[in-house]
Amino acid sequence: MSLDNYLYLSAILFTIGAVGVVVRRNAIVVFMCVELMLNAANLTLVTFSRINGTLDAQVIAFFTMVVAACEVVVGLAIIVTIYRSRRSASIDDASLLKR
Amino acid sequence: MQPLLTIQGPEAALFWFLAPLSVAAALGMLLVKKAVHSALLLAWVMITLAIFYIAQEAVFLGVVQVIVYTGAVMMLFLFILMLVGVDSSDSLTETIAGLRPIAITAAVGLGGLLVSLLGRATLGREPIGLEIANNAGNVQGLAQLLFSKYVFPFEVVSALLITAALGAMVLAHHQRTNPRPSQREQAINRFRSGSLAGAAGLPGPGVFARHNAVDVPALLPDGTPAPSSISATLKARGDVLDSGQFQLDNVDTTVVEEK
Repeated sequence: MSLDNYLYLSAILFTIGAVGVVVRRNAIVVFMCVELMLNAANLTLVTFSRINGTLDAQVIAFFTMVVAACEVVVGLAIIVTIYRSRRSASIDDASLLKR
Repeated sequence: MQPLLTIQGPEAALFWFLAPLSVAAALGMLLVKKAVHSALLLAWVMITLAIFYIAQEAVFLGVVQVIVYTGAVMMLFLFILMLVGVDSSDSLTETIAGLRPIAITAAVGLGGLLVSLLGRATLGREPIGLEIANNAGNVQGLAQLLFSKYVFPFEVVSALLITAALGAMVLAHHQRTNPRPSQREQAINRFRSGSLAGAAGLPGPGVFARHNAVDVPALLPDGTPAPSSISATLKARGDVLDSGQFQLDNVDTTVVEEK
């Protein structure tokens, strides 16, 4: 087995996450799909760390995890705030700027 | 001369066992209706990724993946899901006409592009593996890098964490637009509103001496049940018993000893 297979898996997971961001309407599910994309990118980083024989990519994957954690905290706080004022977690409902 | 990387049989078996499962779970995340099921499937994908990290000699990242993602992040997701509750946006009907075919076409394009690029790209050398880099231990190697070469990004990330915590607090903070009514104001409102019947508090549920559970309305002096003595939630659920069966003349008064 070649290490490329990990990269293929990562590409497939990233694509599935991207489709989820476009297709799903519940803001929380959209957010989870973003998390899936970040995780897929992390798998690529870890695989390249192994291919290159250095740990730098693992440090970058670690930073990605920290940034993802921050993003989840702020994003979920925004979702809760929107839900509190509009009583809906649908991303189609938050369209006040359009009108 | 660095040793070349050979992938052992067990790792290949692990990969071919777990990779289809993780792709299936990720697809299921898109297709299931309820957000909670999506969250559980995503947790499974994250666990498989953690196993892949550990298999790829990134032990620290694998453990962090389980603790941070499967533990903290997914817990936060489930918490918010419980807070927000089931919503109409869970439905899979498309609101923008033609969105789904376009999305699937674009996804096939993106996936095909990524996969074909990966298939055609060559590194020009064999993969090295992490035996040398992990010589002193994976955690020690990461710490060595983190506190020397990447110490400035590390500090910036700490600032980011503090900013995110502050931002979440500001967003979650809820300021009252009107002051909370005092006890005195509440008492005055009770006496001035509607009737005086509820001014001293609502009657408690239950029929004395016979059945005093919360699902039985109290009896008024004329023998009719008092509707205000039971909770509106129980009424809406239809969990209210008829208090007539507990009236003295209707009750079977023969005592049966319980064994």
